Amino acid sequence: MKSSELRNPQREQHQFRLRLGVAAAMVLVCFSILLARLFHLQVLRYDHYQTLAENNRISLVPIVPNRGLILDRKGVVLAHNFFAYTLEITPSKVDDVEKTVNDISKIIEITPNDRKQFKKFRDQSHNFESIPLRTHLTETEAALFAVNRYRFPGVEIKSRLFRHYPQGAMGAHILGYISRINDADLKMLDKSGDISNYKGSDHIGKSGLEQSYERQLHGTTGFQQVEIDADGHAVRVLSSTAPIPGDNLVLSIDSKMQDIAEKAFGEHRGALVAINPTNGEILAYASMPTFDPNLFVDGIDSENWKALNESLDKPLINRPLKGIYPPGSTFKPFVAMAGLENGKREPPYSVPDPGYFMLPGSTHKYRDWKPGGHGQVDVRRAITVSCDTFFYGLALDLGIDRLAGFLTHFGFGQKTGIDIEGERSGLLPTPAWKAKRWKQKWFPGETVITGIGQGYTLVTPLQLAYATAILANNGAAVKPHFVTSIQESRSGVTRPVPIQTVDKLNLNPEHLDLVRAGMVDVTKPGGTAASVGAGATYDIAAKTGTAQVVGIKQGEKYNASALDERHRDHALFIAYAPAEDPKIAVAVIVENGGHGGSAAGPIARQVMDYYLLGKEPNQPAPLESESGDAPHD
Amino acid sequence: MIDIWLKKAFVHIDRFLLGMLLLVIMVALFVLYSASGQSTDQVLRQIINLGAALTLMWVVSHIPPQRLESIAVPAYVLGLLLLVGVALFGDVSHGARRWLNLGVARIQPSEGMKLAVPLMLAWYFARREATLRLADYGMAAILLALPLGLIVKQPDLGTALLIGASGFYVLFLAGLSWRIMGGLAVIIGALIPIVWPLLHDYQRKRVLILLDPSQDPLGAGYHTIQAMIALGSGGFAGKGWLHGTQAQLDFLPERHTDFIFAVFGEEFGLLGISLLMLLFLAIIARGLVIAANAQNMFSRLLAGSITLTFFTYAFVNMGMVSGILPVVGVPLPLISYGGTSLVTLLLGFGILMSIQTHKKLVAS
Repeated sequence: MKSSELRNPQREQHQFRLRLGVAAAMVLVCFSILLARLFHLQVLRYDHYQTLAENNRISLVPIVPNRGLILDRKGVVLAHNFFAYTLEITPSKVDDVEKTVNDISKIIEITPNDRKQFKKFRDQSHNFESIPLRTHLTETEAALFAVNRYRFPGVEIKSRLFRHYPQGAMGAHILGYISRINDADLKMLDKSGDISNYKGSDHIGKSGLEQSYERQLHGTTGFQQVEIDADGHAVRVLSSTAPIPGDNLVLSIDSKMQDIAEKAFGEHRGALVAINPTNGEILAYASMPTFDPNLFVDGIDSENWKALNESLDKPLINRPLKGIYPPGSTFKPFVAMAGLENGKREPPYSVPDPGYFMLPGSTHKYRDWKPGGHGQVDVRRAITVSCDTFFYGLALDLGIDRLAGFLTHFGFGQKTGIDIEGERSGLLPTPAWKAKRWKQKWFPGETVITGIGQGYTLVTPLQLAYATAILANNGAAVKPHFVTSIQESRSGVTRPVPIQTVDKLNLNPEHLDLVRAGMVDVTKPGGTAASVGAGATYDIAAKTGTAQVVGIKQGEKYNASALDERHRDHALFIAYAPAEDPKIAVAVIVENGGHGGSAAGPIARQVMDYYLLGKEPNQPAPLESESGDAPHD
Repeated sequence: MIDIWLKKAFVHIDRFLLGMLLLVIMVALFVLYSASGQSTDQVLRQIINLGAALTLMWVVSHIPPQRLESIAVPAYVLGLLLLVGVALFGDVSHGARRWLNLGVARIQPSEGMKLAVPLMLAWYFARREATLRLADYGMAAILLALPLGLIVKQPDLGTALLIGASGFYVLFLAGLSWRIMGGLAVIIGALIPIVWPLLHDYQRKRVLILLDPSQDPLGAGYHTIQAMIALGSGGFAGKGWLHGTQAQLDFLPERHTDFIFAVFGEEFGLLGISLLMLLFLAIIARGLVIAANAQNMFSRLLAGSITLTFFTYAFVNMGMVSGILPVVGVPLPLISYGGTSLVTLLLGFGILMSIQTHKKLVAS
């Protein structure tokens, strides 16, 4: 390099020209390749393309794949498809759409609602697209129109696939629903590169499993190369690639049990989640009240939408996933576990309960639910009788950061990662969170009430069931999921969904036994849910809870006459059974149900009875009946 | 009087180049009329675009190369800033963020970079010409990579490809050693199997469809399949102007923009294509001659890069329409409908003319 520091224009120009020569050669080579390719297309393959272009005006017609089925664990169909006739209009081929619709209505019934829907679809689509005017034509109607078809150019009877949920409202929040593809969906599909697979598809999963498993359920669109005449009518199919139907989903849900769970709520609002603690399978998942997902498939009409959307009962909210509630006393077994594992309150340690707790140096009394207190209480009895004073002191002793840090292992304050979308993470409060969210410092009193599941703490019913399952499974957290296997249509193979253990706490077996013993006593005489355990042939480890309604979303729009009922406390109940060898973990919330033992407990009992004993309830749970339970909490 | 006036007006115009350009443009207007479904409106609009672009070419041909050299850095920096502006505040249309709304007008800065990048690199190498070291190529690569990264992110693969090519040509003509080019090719080749498993499923699918459109016959592949039918059925002599069935019956998508070559091929056949390619070759040859005779490093590199980029434009478009290259959005130069690319192209030819004609003046 050094030698070339002196400029040598001659040499430079020579070198440059050499490079230009190389470039020129590249240009010639590239153009020759191009010419060779065009010679191949235009001369050698001329006949082939000539035939394609001259005789055939080919058009590619997509063939929509059959959407995958959704089945319960016993093979009961929860979602399927059927063919039905639709009457469709292509506006660009019709002179006066209004008049055509009027003329058709003289032959076939067209309701005002059909007209409204048609107008809506028309506004959303291109003129050359075929837009449904009436769906689900009967054979007679189809025949009637066929006879008159010559009068209506641009109007066609088509046979299309429709999604149907044969169980109606049952499990609607699990399945979700499909609905017509809108602009936002199109954008999303374009981004993910799936848009061409949706040519011809009108529907897409909008919520629940229909949404989260859209990729598997939709299938691969096939297509036909169709010869069309000058007017665009299909004359002949040239070639065809069959669509590949979507995969079927097999769920862990048992429809019978799901039905029992939903019916057990009666007229009450609330949520139930039952999980198999060893493998994370969701066994039942109720969000009450529910709704009929069939209403959404072809665009819900405005009356039904208004009724569902404006109902005080909020049937569209997926309560187990999105409803957030203070856990109340159902939090106590987990706080007890945190204490024991941190060396606090190990037996024979016990505290006297005078009926209240006071912070050192303060005169404010944090009251126990039982005036006068429970006397001398150890950890086991504290769970059984739901002693507030015991847990006030324990939480303070642990400190909020240690308590919250331990409870994270039970999934509080985080999403469980279940296989449907839209999950809320609840809240496990810490001083750091409060400083960030409210720019305020944490007060010791807030630690005290966190010990009994009050204050900022919020959980979803799913989280509560998940935490119970982790406790039942001796600290091992298995990711909850609905889909246990996927039947692949392409290969015919049924592929099980792998079970994922996400966290494994090493808990001292003695501590687990202690907490379990306290929880089993809850359903024995003297416990807060004695009636729930009455007559059971297996041991139930449980905890009741009550949560105050203040600040709960469901209370947003109060209606004066309903005010009283909606201000009552929420009833909570968690349980796992059989206590020694847990096969099911359940969390139940009955909104404004009052006391957990009497309102929520019997629902859980019915579900457990069915799952463990195959026993079906003879009558709905006696929700309001007087029971032998301890009076509160 | 008029004679002298005319002579004066054409003093900086390279007549051969202008002649060839005008021939291609004439052809283009006929093809556009056919491809637009015989829309005089569209042809008129393109004529207005042409008028503007030719005027700009005339103006630029009067700017001496030394002046161009002195605006290289500001043009590049401004272009880069505007690209950053696009990335931050740009308007999104058709899923890509390419336009910047300046209040008075919407501009597409990536288009300007097609000239600013070769200007900048030619300036850089001209300044370092006596002491060229390996590090200079590294620096040049960075100067190229900055705008390229921003444009790929928009995303605008077609423009990125052209700008990448224009930059590479400067490096190549400046004497980038064969060993380094070979080494880079090997490294890129070796990276593919490493990066491939890291991509998402949908990203892999996109790449595969780009390489083999027949995998997606309803989407991207549809264009290519229809274009091949159009070209093939054109045969040796073509179906005749306005008689291409594929084009006239709406089977060809984007037939007045990126796929206009298919219309041309269907209606004028292999014969027409050969003549068009000869015209392109004549333009490229003239450009290379101008580069070979240019007086200094800056002019040489710039002229060479502009010419070879024009070739890349044409080759990539014809290659993608005839199905030997993946479909990236590159128009057929001088022929596809649209004003933006026309302006940039003719500005480039204006620079070539300036390099050619100012040399004579200095030499005499």
